[in-house]
Formats: sequence, C-alpha cells, structure tokens
Amino acid sequence: MERDTLRRLLHDMLLSRAFEERVAEEYGKGNIAGFLHLYPGEEAVGAGVINAAGPSDYIVSTYREHAHALVRGTPARNVMAELFCRAEGMSGGMGGSMHMFDAARRFMGGYAIVGESCPIAVGVAYAVAMRGRPDAVICFLGDGAVNQGTFHESLNMAALWRLPVLFVCENNHYAIGTEIHRHSAVPEVYKRVAAYNIPAEKVDGMDVLKVYETTRRALDHIHNGSGPQFIECETYRYRGHSMADPGTYRPAVELKAHEAWDPISAAIREVAYRYPTQAELAVAGPDNIGRLTAHMVEAGHLAESEVAELRKEVAATVEDAVEFSLKGSQPTMDAAWAHLNCNRRHEVLI
Amino acid sequence: MTQELLYWQALNRAMDIEMAADEAVFTLGEDVGLFGGSYRVTEGLYAKYGEWRVRDTPISENGFTGLAVGAALLGTRPVVEIMTINFMLLALDSIINGAAKIPFMSGGQFKMPLVVRVPGGVARQLGAQHAQRLEHTVMNVPGLRIAVPSTPQDAYWQLRQAIASDEPIILLEHELLYFSKGPVDLLADAPPMHRAAIRREGRDLTIVSYSRHALLSQEAALELAKEGIEAEVIDLRSLKPIDWDTCATSLEKTHRLLVVEEDCRFAGAGAEIAATLAERCFYSLDAPVKRVAGLDIPTPFNGALEAASIPQVADILLHARALCQPDEGAKAA
Repeated sequence: MERDTLRRLLHDMLLSRAFEERVAEEYGKGNIAGFLHLYPGEEAVGAGVINAAGPSDYIVSTYREHAHALVRGTPARNVMAELFCRAEGMSGGMGGSMHMFDAARRFMGGYAIVGESCPIAVGVAYAVAMRGRPDAVICFLGDGAVNQGTFHESLNMAALWRLPVLFVCENNHYAIGTEIHRHSAVPEVYKRVAAYNIPAEKVDGMDVLKVYETTRRALDHIHNGSGPQFIECETYRYRGHSMADPGTYRPAVELKAHEAWDPISAAIREVAYRYPTQAELAVAGPDNIGRLTAHMVEAGHLAESEVAELRKEVAATVEDAVEFSLKGSQPTMDAAWAHLNCNRRHEVLI
Repeated sequence: MTQELLYWQALNRAMDIEMAADEAVFTLGEDVGLFGGSYRVTEGLYAKYGEWRVRDTPISENGFTGLAVGAALLGTRPVVEIMTINFMLLALDSIINGAAKIPFMSGGQFKMPLVVRVPGGVARQLGAQHAQRLEHTVMNVPGLRIAVPSTPQDAYWQLRQAIASDEPIILLEHELLYFSKGPVDLLADAPPMHRAAIRREGRDLTIVSYSRHALLSQEAALELAKEGIEAEVIDLRSLKPIDWDTCATSLEKTHRLLVVEEDCRFAGAGAEIAATLAERCFYSLDAPVKRVAGLDIPTPFNGALEAASIPQVADILLHARALCQPDEGAKAA
C-alpha cells in the first residue's frame, strides 16, 4: 500500500475521532441539539471503505454518518455547521445530524429510518446501470438493518438486475440496545446475504487496511460488471447508540476488550512499521504474505512524530470547524420554504 | 385533434409520449412489463422501450418505491405503479420519509422527479383490503402533490404534467374509471395541473368533489336541475394543493357548499375541504357546510352493503335538497 494512502487513512480516522469527541462536548454545552449518533470505535470502516471509492462513486449512508461525510471530503466546517443547525451547514441547516447531503461529492445522504439506505442505494445504482455508466454505489447499513424488509427487498432487486452496489454492513453488534444474538436468528450477517447469491465477505472492521483492501477488491468486481457485493465489517462503537443512551447495557468487560482493539491505535501500529514493497512481495510469493509482514514490522514506515503532527492537524481542523459554526447564521423560514420547493420549476400549479 | 379514449388508454398515451421524448423516464412496478399492467396502462411499452425502462418488479412495494426515490436522485424520472392503493401502505416509508423529505432536508440539493401512480377507491366487491381510500394519508404530508383525474383528458394531461415535474407527485386513479370513455385532445394546451374545473355552472349550491364522485355529482346535478335546483359542480382534479380560489369564488355566488367524497368521513379529504372553505367563506355561507362521505366502516364485501357504504347519486340528491330547503321555502313565499 502506498505511504500516502496509509497516511490518509490514519488522518481520516484521527479526524473522525477528534471531530466526534468534540461534537459530544459541544452537545454537552448545548451548542448541538437533537438525536446524535457518534462514530468512535467504527472509524476504520468509514475511512477504509470511502477511501477505496473513486470520486465518481456514490455513497448512501445512515444516521451515523458525520465521519462518512468527513472522509468523503466535505469540509469539517460544513459538517459541524450542519450539527450546529446553521445555514452554512452541508444541508443548509435543514437536515441535522442524521440527514447530511453533499451532492457535489456524490454523498447521497444520511437516512434515519433503519434500512432505508438500502432501497435508495439500489435506486441510485439502477439509474447508473440504466444509463450504462461505470460508477458504483456504496450503501452503508448497520447490523440492525438486516431485520428490515427493505434490506431483503433491496438485496433481491440488486441481485436480480446485477446492480452496481456495494453493501457495507457496519456490524457494531447492537441494534440500539439489543445485542445481535438477541435480534438476529443468524448472527453472522454475511450468511444472511447468501440467500440472494450476492458474494459476501466478513472483514475485521477494526483493521482499516483490511477494510480498505477488501473494499477495493469488491469495487473492482463491481466495476467489472459482477453485480452487487457485500462486506460485513465487524466493529464496535465505544459510546451508546446516541447521546440519549449511556450504553450501560453493555458489560464493562466487553467495552474494555474492544478498546484494546482500538482501530486508531491499531492503525498507528500498522502505519508505524513498513509494509512490504511490491518487489518484496513478488519474491516471497502470495502464500508468505502473512509471514513476511511479520518480518517487516521492524522497518519504520511513519515516524511517531508524524503521527503527533497529524493529531495536531486534525485538532486544528476541528477547532476551526467549531469556530466557523459558532459564527454561522440561523437558517430562515424563507429558506425552509425555498428548500421545500427547490424542485418546483417554472410550473404554475393552479 | 380530439379522439375518444378510455381512461387507461389516455394514461397509456401519456406514458408513451413522455417515454419517447425523454430517455430519463422509466416505469416500474408489479406486472407493468410483460403483462402490460393490471389496468393495461403500460400496455405495449415493454416491447417498445425494453426491460430497463419498463421494469417488472418483485412484490416489494417499499423496496421498489424506494428504488425509484434513489433513481430520482440522479435525475431519472421514475413512474412507479403500485398495483393498488392498499399496497401503497407498504411503500409509505419510501414516499413519506423518502420522496417527500429529501429535497427539503438536503437543503435543496436534490430534486425528486418521482411519479407514483396508484389505482384505488371502492371498485366492485373486492373486499375490505382492496377497496380503500387513503387520500387523507398522503394529503397530510408536506412535500407531496396529489392529482385525482376523473376524466380521460385529465388523466392524460395530469400524468404528462406529473412526469414533467421535478416534484414527487401521486396520481390517484380510480379503479372504476379505467374503462370510462371520453374525448381526449392530445395536442391541446393543458390547464395548470392543480386547477379545479367547473364541470357545471349553477347558482343554488356548490358541490365540490373529486375523482369518480365528481362524475356522480354531475349526474346528481342533472337530476337537481329537473327540480329547479341549479348546482355548480367543481371537480377539484387535485387534492394537494387544492384550488381554493375557484371554490371560494363559486361560494360567493351560491352561498351553499356540499362536499362529496368517497373517502371515509372522519378526518377524510372532505374534512379538510369543508374546514378550509368554512373558515375562508364563513360570511358568504347561508347554511352550514354539508358533507356526503363514505361511512366509517371497512368496505363490506357484500355488493349491497358495499354500495351503501359510499355515497350514491341518491345520497347527493338528498343532501343537496336539504341544503337548499330554505331557499325553496323562500321561493315558494
């Protein structure tokens, strides 16, 4: 993997973490209101998946999507301003935490009905396929969504018509407060996908490199006309479902076990050492990748000082985003009406 | 260039013309393709435009309506056929949470050029699950527009206008109207999509109705004329928005309002019509607003009970006479 890619993955994960922790703080101060679902713990999924996508691919997301937008490239200022309900927000202050849209970056929105991202993504893919375009659509969903009818209806249609959709299940093991063994008769999400003849793979969602590479592969298949693909990313959220949820239903030991697998420290560990070069891999042969990797960890790839610099950089970005949002303007009711009627052309209705 | 067409044929022509004119237009739904549509509206289109633009779907109403919402985000112009309005209940998430909200909550970044065509109403002995009127359910949703054509000409015009619009529009088609015949001018300029039509002029009372019951109201008006009561009949043609001005102007003339609807009475479409016009025209009215509406009961399977559960011409006559009674008395004096 290119050094720049590794650096970008790490940067995006650090930014996601710093952003969300600050959002929680601003929520506590009363600067942010409403339902708020934070991402800490799941950064490797968003960073790995979205960085693997090309600029012409589409992203359809859920209500836990702040970090998805950040990774996609929406300036932190506009993501934060949306949370602050400002006119400068990415949805003009009309969407809020759960409904972030960025048409220019093909970020097709965060949807707050569990499972709703699936048919929307399938529809975007249908339009892409109908027009014979080469783009792929990435559909994020949570493990809670796999029990919704829309999930199954969407997988079926995507498979029937070989639509270019990559379903990415962010399996954080909890449908709000109900653990997956208590909400899904088959707790391995990827197995439930088998019914639709869609290639499905489970990946360690705490390992950004694996997520990135798996996504790259899946997108390659899609771009080659394979039809839909499915990736289950096993991950964990450190916080409760939302700010209204302290998450006390989860055993402390479980939380601790997952924190030990913090994706950011994992990524730093990986990045801090050097990955094998293409030439080295070629000599060793593919069967030896694992062994070779273990041997190569001693070579430095990114200095600790660079990691510290990245942390400083994202902290400044987040600080700037908050200052920008505090100074932002309130959206007006006139703007609200204009947004509602944004799609009224020059029609005379009556 | 006027020709006689059946209601379904008028819709079929509208679909064909719009699909030929714009490659972004496509239709999807249960049996719209090979089968030609439950009410023949998409007949011939599959052969002409192919499977990507005339898509037979699985029985997954919320799924394929949601698919259409997603496709509309990319500027395609999907026309969804939901086989009957009863199944639209399964698609309300996509319609209400999706189509109606996305343009707004994206801060105006996305348009929603979506048409949802829905056959509905009380037909002939289809039982309680296949004879519902759910217009009130969608009327209450900001961000949607609703057209209710009662004639082949309106069906043709309003479907074409709906497809051309960038807003999500629901076309409520009455199942008993598909085989009604009427003149259709394919080339004439259409009136604005949501403007009401005065089907008959009159001075004694205004009957406001829509869809099939606008036709029954016209029948009733002919009977009333024989008794010396001249009813003005307004066919709303649209339930969202509603052309209040046309109604109010009529009431300033007739001073009496009878609202006729097939919808159930309680919190139905007529309740909104009556309330708004009572509010707006209170000082023009000589009598309380009256409503003739469906009974608040699931549609019975038995034919006689079914007929009794929705307004018939006789019911309209009865209420119109009662509403005009004071005038009749005045004339007699």
